[in-house]
Amino acid sequence: MFDAITKYLSSATTPGEAGSIFWATIYILIITAGISLSVIAMNWLERKILAHMQIRLGPMRVGPHGLLQPFADALKLLIKEDIIPAEADKLVFWSAPVVVTMTAFTTFLVVPFGRTHAVTDMNIGILFMLGVSSLGVLGIIMAGWSSNSHYPLMGSLRSSAQMVSYEIAMGLAIICAVLMTSLQTGTGTLSMIGIVEAQASQHTWFIFKFFPLGFLAFGVFAIAMVAETNRAPFDLPEAESELVAGFHTEYSGFRWSLFFLAEYAAMLAVSSIAVTLWLGGWMRPFPNWLSGSIWNLAFSLFPALTLFVLAGLCLLGTARMPKIPQMKIQTVGLGIFGLLLGFIGLVLIIPGVRERVQDIYWFVVKVAFFMYMYIWYRGTFPRYRFDQLMKVGWKVLLPTGLAVLIATALWGLLPQISSAIVGVLP
Amino acid sequence: MIPVATTFFFYFLAVLAIGSAIAVITQRNPVHAALALIVTLLALAGFYLMLYAPFVAGVQIVLYAGGIMVLFLFVIMLVNLEQNIREYQFNKQWLVGTIVALALGGLLLFVYRTGRGTFPTVFYQGYRGLEGDNTQQIGLALYGQYMLPFEIASLLLLVAIVGAVVMAKKRI
Repeated sequence: MFDAITKYLSSATTPGEAGSIFWATIYILIITAGISLSVIAMNWLERKILAHMQIRLGPMRVGPHGLLQPFADALKLLIKEDIIPAEADKLVFWSAPVVVTMTAFTTFLVVPFGRTHAVTDMNIGILFMLGVSSLGVLGIIMAGWSSNSHYPLMGSLRSSAQMVSYEIAMGLAIICAVLMTSLQTGTGTLSMIGIVEAQASQHTWFIFKFFPLGFLAFGVFAIAMVAETNRAPFDLPEAESELVAGFHTEYSGFRWSLFFLAEYAAMLAVSSIAVTLWLGGWMRPFPNWLSGSIWNLAFSLFPALTLFVLAGLCLLGTARMPKIPQMKIQTVGLGIFGLLLGFIGLVLIIPGVRERVQDIYWFVVKVAFFMYMYIWYRGTFPRYRFDQLMKVGWKVLLPTGLAVLIATALWGLLPQISSAIVGVLP
Repeated sequence: MIPVATTFFFYFLAVLAIGSAIAVITQRNPVHAALALIVTLLALAGFYLMLYAPFVAGVQIVLYAGGIMVLFLFVIMLVNLEQNIREYQFNKQWLVGTIVALALGGLLLFVYRTGRGTFPTVFYQGYRGLEGDNTQQIGLALYGQYMLPFEIASLLLLVAIVGAVVMAKKRI
């Protein structure tokens, strides 16, 4: 048993490539659980960060600093009454949240958390992610239509118009990155692992490639991906000041929580696309500049250090807890949580584990950056009006994407063009 | 990776595709029909995957299931459905229908009988090499060998787009 595990872990392929159904299942379970956990964490972080941006405290009551608030919320949602409107289309109403959740989670099949840490590597990786995530909008439309109510219908109409508009700009930005993968080898690739390996072999993240061009393509994608996931400032499908709650107005309890789960899973999925295409995927920062065994060691200690800092913060919180009998359980709980984090940090120092975990760590850190940006946008920008939304999509992002695409193609062809000109000259 | 349970998946997808295709024409509610059509398209994408054409499967999902069907549903939601549901669903053209169905069936049978040799008897063996660079092969074929037909097709699409804009805009 132990031999089988170590033998697999020392191989350098994903379970899909190795053809191992057992390990693929294990990976799928781990990824699904990890995403659900990070959605829970995001729920708490979003409320806390938004609160701090508005100089409030945020959730403080359930658990120390409201750490158990998301679990309490989840429990509340699970035992809430499940209401289906009398005039609703039952079958479509039932299947809508399932479709949304399934598509959001299926995209993670091809996300490479490391060279070996993906369920599988597909020849059409990025196309698969785009396709499956574009099916998610069907779930939103189904939810809005089947509720048989005006506000949800308006929400889903807005959602479908918005998704179709921004998918084009998103696709153009992605094509720029795919074009860049073909520069050295002559044939590009759509595979997610292949894209990161192309960045490794070209010694640059694609965001810095052809300096303003890679950055512009990334910018187009970064804007379009917020619109694709229906988040502020593009959250018109669920604009609470106009449409009550948009497409999920009629949903309650567990079905509503599925929509919530799917929204955050989709945010994680598009952030992973951005990280894979432009920010070097699982690669650590500065692989060229700060190279060498000492820097490798230093960067591989980052996961453990992060956990140590978190553990230190927890223990500091324990020490600063009010010394009254009512807070005793919370104090002890926070202390145990801090010690647990510290213990995980210690495990991550072990050389074998360290080597194995660092690529996952860097990928997750980059995705976490995008998740923080999502919260920051929500705390900063006012919502767009619908005509402004369409204007941004069609009149700004689409032409920019097209121009960047053409410029990238020309720049990539520059060596061939110049050699052709030199050949013609006498 | 060696395929598993191909027979099961083939029959599963076949039943799914045919069943949902029948639902497309029998459902009274246009939204239900459109949703059934999406299931058909997804089952077809599954077939493409089984035939080692992942790119075609991906394009099928992105364009048909994710793009065109979203627009279908968008339009259906905008029109008034109440009247549609009450109208008679099939028109009584059974004579013409039977002739067309027989002709199509005959054609399919003819193609199957004459071109049986061109169908691969074993699906995956020999196609393993293609799976690895399916997208690259299609790209090379489209932009190399079939450059002119490809450009003509894109010109056709451009004309269609211009036509749509002319028809939709009141004042040009």
